[in-house]
Amino acid sequence: MATHTSNAPDGDYEFYVVEDDHHDGEHHHETGTMLGFWIYLMSDCLIFGILFAIHAVVGTNYAAGPSPADLFEIDKILLATAFLLLSSITYGFAVINMQQKNQSAMMKWLAVTGLFGLGFLGLELLEFSHLWHIGAGPGASAFLSSFWILVGTHGLHVTAGSIWLVVLMVQVSMHGLTEANVRRVLCLSLFWHFLDLIWIGVFSFVYLTGVLL
Amino acid sequence: MSSESHGSYRSYIIGFVLSVILTAIPFWVVMSEVDISLAWAIAIIFGLGAIQIMVHVHYFLHVTVKAEQGWQVMSMVFTAVLLVIVLAGSIWVMTHLDENMMPAHEQIERVRNLP
Repeated sequence: MATHTSNAPDGDYEFYVVEDDHHDGEHHHETGTMLGFWIYLMSDCLIFGILFAIHAVVGTNYAAGPSPADLFEIDKILLATAFLLLSSITYGFAVINMQQKNQSAMMKWLAVTGLFGLGFLGLELLEFSHLWHIGAGPGASAFLSSFWILVGTHGLHVTAGSIWLVVLMVQVSMHGLTEANVRRVLCLSLFWHFLDLIWIGVFSFVYLTGVLL
Repeated sequence: MSSESHGSYRSYIIGFVLSVILTAIPFWVVMSEVDISLAWAIAIIFGLGAIQIMVHVHYFLHVTVKAEQGWQVMSMVFTAVLLVIVLAGSIWVMTHLDENMMPAHEQIERVRNLP
């Protein structure tokens, strides 16, 4: 093995040296994790894409049951959208304060983000329990099956993000803004903004278009 | 990722204001029951939704061509291509399937007139 390496042409060495220099920096670990997390988000995006495709195919099969215009209250959806959008910008403010090493301000903005996230989840739970009680559960029609799985998957993601947010705040309060915690805050930032992005598709396609059709 | 790539107050506020406008218009179109054709209303909802997704990608997710030596934007474009194939393909195939599974009126008449 050793002889093989020493016989290798100089060009090969140059290539690896250049590669190493690229990754040799103080952000070495951060870069790898952030890119890996981004690729996870892209795979999540494919899951949502498939759920949107299902809704596009069966979203108007009401099976003589209720249609979106009968079920959805658009003013409440607007409020939920506002909560999620506000939580996105407050998370952004938390990241800015983290970069200025202002831990207490960052924690305050993270708490505000969590409250908006809980507001969104509360509205969604109210809507789901209302639908369930009037008999518009996932078994009522193909439209409601795809509605529950699509909006429910998004809601589960927001729930997971909220739990992560609380755990992260505990970690930061215990250990401060260590390199690992900074990385976690940045990963959750991507996750949180990504969920707001998916919600744009949900309110545009499922709610607004659904009510019009 | 450099610290610049995570934005400033200014960029977050620009993104937020654009998002508020791009959210308010489609909701207004639906809630005010403005006199507009269905096709136009859906075109507005989808068009502004697509623009808002791009606003979020730029101002909130801070995707740039340079981040992660280009792999971030590369993986995003790859995902977008897959999504277009999945969405367009599903809708195209399934609507054709619907049309062919549902017996059209003339087909029913043809079967009824069989000897």
